[in-house]
Amino acid sequence: MNKYEPVIGLEVHVELQTASKIFCHSSTTFGGDPNHHVCPVCLGLPGTLPVLNRKVVEAAIMIGLALNCSVARFCKFDRKHYFYPDLPKNYQISQYDLPIADNGYLEVQDEDGNPVRVGITRVHMEEDAGKLVHQGTDATTPYSLVDYNRTGVPLLEIVSEPDMRSPREARAYLDKLKTIIQYTGVSDCRMEEGSLRCDANISVRLRGSQTLGTKTEIKNMNSFRALQKAVQFEINRQIECLETGRRIVQETRAWDEIEGVTLATRSKEEAHDYRYFPEPDLVPIVISPSWIEEITRQLPELPDARCRRFIDEYRIPAYDAGVLTGSRELGDYYEECVKIYPQAKTVSNWVMGELLRLLNDTNSEIGESRVTPRQLAEMLTLIDKGTISGKLAKEVFGEMFRTGKDAEMVVKEKGLEQISDEVSINAVIEQVIASHPGPVADYRAGKDRALGFLVGQIMKDTRGKANPGLVNELLKNRLR
Amino acid sequence: MLSREVVDHVALLARLELSEEEKERYTTQLSNILSYAERLQELDTGDVTPMAHVLPLQNVFRHDVVGEHLPSEDTLANAPDRQGNNFKVPRII
Repeated sequence: MNKYEPVIGLEVHVELQTASKIFCHSSTTFGGDPNHHVCPVCLGLPGTLPVLNRKVVEAAIMIGLALNCSVARFCKFDRKHYFYPDLPKNYQISQYDLPIADNGYLEVQDEDGNPVRVGITRVHMEEDAGKLVHQGTDATTPYSLVDYNRTGVPLLEIVSEPDMRSPREARAYLDKLKTIIQYTGVSDCRMEEGSLRCDANISVRLRGSQTLGTKTEIKNMNSFRALQKAVQFEINRQIECLETGRRIVQETRAWDEIEGVTLATRSKEEAHDYRYFPEPDLVPIVISPSWIEEITRQLPELPDARCRRFIDEYRIPAYDAGVLTGSRELGDYYEECVKIYPQAKTVSNWVMGELLRLLNDTNSEIGESRVTPRQLAEMLTLIDKGTISGKLAKEVFGEMFRTGKDAEMVVKEKGLEQISDEVSINAVIEQVIASHPGPVADYRAGKDRALGFLVGQIMKDTRGKANPGLVNELLKNRLR
Repeated sequence: MLSREVVDHVALLARLELSEEEKERYTTQLSNILSYAERLQELDTGDVTPMAHVLPLQNVFRHDVVGEHLPSEDTLANAPDRQGNNFKVPRII
């Protein structure tokens, strides 16, 4: 299907981790009893007035800066009108023609590892809507339940340019966006809790064409995997449409995770007449250069810059640096460990290898690791001192991961200290030689491979605890 | 003169069910209102900045502090229907 080129743009909604909602003092805490975190303002009761949470503006400026946008000197809120029970006021307070930030970009890697710049059209602030629960079917439950706890939780909507050309690129963009936002700390970006939500605009065109094809909007993708699969499905569907001479209809389609297809949603043409007008209940926002400077100073080192620094400062491969800076916490963990145990590549191997593997196996995150960076550093020191062998170290680390105990304690409790005294090793060597005359004769006859067998037997008899280097050396001397 | 289609569209957006007679009447009334407002078009506003707000105020903020929530019974007092502490509405997907 190389004849066609997919064109993909993403609209991402991010819930900000403020304590209170965007326009009132109700809590933003996720979950809880239905309709508990509400007040007259977020319920849209008559006579109430919204007042903007300053922290939301600061978070929006920070994200604008992190995404290389220009931050508006002047912006305002607008009302977006539509009737839906998740919206108690019958309008959503959003930003229309003067968003807080626009014209930015972020960088991802294409299939060949080359950097691709994805433009950010705009970033704007708005309030989240409530949650509708539909149980059963139209026939069994002819009603929906409404919970307004989420109503008024601050959102940033981040709209990309149609700059992505494959499902993989779309996923890479969302991944990068999530990482950048998590670094700034303004949102936890949990897709499963809905604090990061993503819609995709997709069209296809003949390769080389400069005009855009008719697009569809895909909703309801609840994971990174779903995004990639849904985008791929929709591209294939559109290409098949064109190949069989049918027309692509501009419409909203929902991703059906179970069936693995996108389906047209019931929608009326009128539904998109939002009748925006300036929100008269909120005054404009003027952002001074000094305010922007203040927030620029608070901006943490971002993933790309940190990745470059890891390569320069720790001399680790670009791949390692990319993985380690994939989350702020993982990068912090790595750096703390290297501070104590400065062999950067060794630390990288252990963090990317054993630690990430065990975290993955237990479905937990780096912040939940019971092994602290100091404990990992201490274990690595034990390997260097010869107290434990590199091979047994994995067993020690596994135990540390399960129990949170220090390496030294695990080694003692499990009796895993490496045997490095020659007398003990020689004793085992004598036993092994006595019980394996065949291989001994083979080795003496010049078959070097027989030595490996004998070393293996010695390691087995010492339950892997004998210092392998020493075993090799002593055995060779003994058989000379 | 405003077209009947526009009146139908506006009525639908506002979820108003209008009789034929009402549509007739509102078409005339809305047309009159619009042409009255249209007189503003005669003014030259080339040098005027678009107004975002009638009051000369800007940057009115609140601190990010959680306050008291409404008791559930008050929240749901005017609910058309409820199930537990949820509002219950005609099924809409």
